[in-house]
Amino acid sequence: MKIKAIAKDNVVSVKILIQHVMETGRRKDETGKIVPGHYITEINAQHKGEIVFQAEVGPGVSKDPYLAFQFTGGAVGETISISWVDSKGGTEKTDSIISAM
Amino acid sequence: MGVSRRQFFKSVAGTIAYAAVVSAVPARLFAAWNQPAFTSETLAAAIAAKYGNMPIEESSAIQIKSPEIAENGAYVPVSIATTIAGASSISVFSEANFSPLVASFNIMPRMKPDVSLRLRMAKTANIIVLVQAGGKLYRTVREVKVTIGGCGG
Repeated sequence: MKIKAIAKDNVVSVKILIQHVMETGRRKDETGKIVPGHYITEINAQHKGEIVFQAEVGPGVSKDPYLAFQFTGGAVGETISISWVDSKGGTEKTDSIISAM
Repeated sequence: MGVSRRQFFKSVAGTIAYAAVVSAVPARLFAAWNQPAFTSETLAAAIAAKYGNMPIEESSAIQIKSPEIAENGAYVPVSIATTIAGASSISVFSEANFSPLVASFNIMPRMKPDVSLRLRMAKTANIIVLVQAGGKLYRTVREVKVTIGGCGG
């Protein structure tokens, strides 16, 4: 997972790029068999122990999901943690340090 | 021969690393995923599963930024922002998708009602954004023309 968090005037802009197949469960492989669904269902961001971003997603989100959001009350040098969970119970958590413009 | 010594240690190490990652994510972080809403096959059913029968009002206070023509329906960049006071959630639907609900964002106390994502569109269709505020839904619609559908089959 790649995270870019930039603080300016108390507002932190966060961009996330997650590597994930996001299989819809409707695609067929070369042999005509349905590829089983496997997609992220929830994504969260935490800053200072507080949830600052909470998303529920489905297979309509593109492969290798890109998400961007903003929150207030963050400063350069502080940590933001992004976590996700997928439809097969897979999960990932990555920390990133908020940087300056 | 069975499992070689090297393979055995490799797989044990892998299992431990995976367990460590899993336990690092506290379960309470994840609000229960709304499966009925994300698997509904019509727009009306998806909205009902997500929001019940809340009244819906058209709104000009929601901005949807997206290309007018998306060459590849597999990656359609969409940004959504609203100036509606007290917005508590934003949901994005792609009307012609097999499951129209694409994503739903809870606006946390410190979060700005301004999000971007990339979504799949089966074909030319409306993107519908609903913003929930004070027991009411506000709607804005924007059409995106899709050259090649992005839902694969």
